Amino acid sequence: MIKRLFILMMLAVMAVIFLNLAGNYRENTELSRLGHYYAENGPQELGAPNLVTAVVVTYRGLDTLGEVTVLFISAAGVGLLLRRTRRKQDDEDLEQGDRAEETAGVHKPASEIVETATELLLPMVILFGIYVFLNGHLSPGGGFQGGAIIASGTMFLLLALPESHISRLMIAVIESLSGFSYVVVGVLGVLLAGGFLDNRIIDPGTYGALFSAGAIPLIYVFVGLKVGFELSAVLDRFRKEDTGPL
Amino acid sequence: MSLIADTPISLIVLCSGLALVLIGLWGMLTQRNMIRMIVGFSLTDTGVHMVMVSIGYVTGGTAPIINDAVPIAEAASRVVDPVPSALVLTAIVIGLGVTAVMLSVAIRIYKARRTLMIDECTESKW
Amino acid sequence: MTVPVITLLTILLCSGILISGLLAVTLNNLLSAVISAGLASLFASVVYVVLAAPDVAMTEASIGSGLTTMIFLYAIRKTRGED
Repeated sequence: MIKRLFILMMLAVMAVIFLNLAGNYRENTELSRLGHYYAENGPQELGAPNLVTAVVVTYRGLDTLGEVTVLFISAAGVGLLLRRTRRKQDDEDLEQGDRAEETAGVHKPASEIVETATELLLPMVILFGIYVFLNGHLSPGGGFQGGAIIASGTMFLLLALPESHISRLMIAVIESLSGFSYVVVGVLGVLLAGGFLDNRIIDPGTYGALFSAGAIPLIYVFVGLKVGFELSAVLDRFRKEDTGPL
Repeated sequence: MSLIADTPISLIVLCSGLALVLIGLWGMLTQRNMIRMIVGFSLTDTGVHMVMVSIGYVTGGTAPIINDAVPIAEAASRVVDPVPSALVLTAIVIGLGVTAVMLSVAIRIYKARRTLMIDECTESKW
Repeated sequence: MTVPVITLLTILLCSGILISGLLAVTLNNLLSAVISAGLASLFASVVYVVLAAPDVAMTEASIGSGLTTMIFLYAIRKTRGED
């Protein structure tokens, strides 16, 4: 009881601080100086109509590299925490049990509606994901959103065909290749243009065309692939029904 | 009536975001079930994102995409601030990563002790 | 003086967020609590469209309310038997 009172008091103090903040809030009528600079010079400098993409990929590109790294570490952490560990002696037992389980199918099969819908929708979902990250510099969306859409396609697959097996090797290869290429593009920016992750290493092309804005679509393709496969791996880890004692 | 009509929409979103932060904190501090605590965390996360997006709003602004709808010459006076949007984009993705790690720790503890109640994990309590 | 439609819409969506947030911390059933938290996220993504931040709205809808809810559901399935 006394604990709950303490929590209530703490929340009340926070509420007072928040009320003070909200009371002094005035809606902006013009952009901040940084936002003004980006809005004024972003389109000419980088050739990307979507300013949020310009900020995420180029102006604050290093932060995005850090974000991708954090996501990678958290995916690796999930993999480490949810791995199947077995004691030595019942290793073989479990191995056999595992295999029997896999062939007998412990998972309930999905209903026919889900299976048919997945067959129809999965290619379109993947295609939409690719569309979103290819058009990241023109319309809302980008690598992270496209990657999440691809991962939801994987989720469809896992729901409809619980038996399906996703190759860890394929995920690892695609993920590390795209991460590596992302850093290579960044270093090329140092060598050929103004600095790390500068997008002007490729000719910007016509403003508003699909293949324009220099290296931004290229970087977003790598980010999209990396995020999509990483999130698919996380979902796959969470799905696995493990039998062994930890 | 005129009070509601004069309230800017970003202020409404700001207040609800702050209220959601408080709700999430309440959930995190009072629940004893680990998954419920993580639900509270994800609510707090959403609340913080709402606050940040509402701060970037400019009265009557449109989305920061400079194409036929918003000519380059008028860009700086018509769009909302792209910087908070970019920050929130990062924060949402990292929020998912943090939630995934927290849930897998909870699953791991459940596997070891067959319980999700935080009160029964007393080893590191002081 | 009439209230602008956009203000009404924002108030409606924000009250939706707050109600689903409250449900998420008070409901007894864990599954319903997780779904309510996902619903709060979904309402928030519509609010971001109203505040002219479509990029954030897309991210919140696909990651915040889609994938997060999904991994919560998988975690509940793995820790079955607890409430």
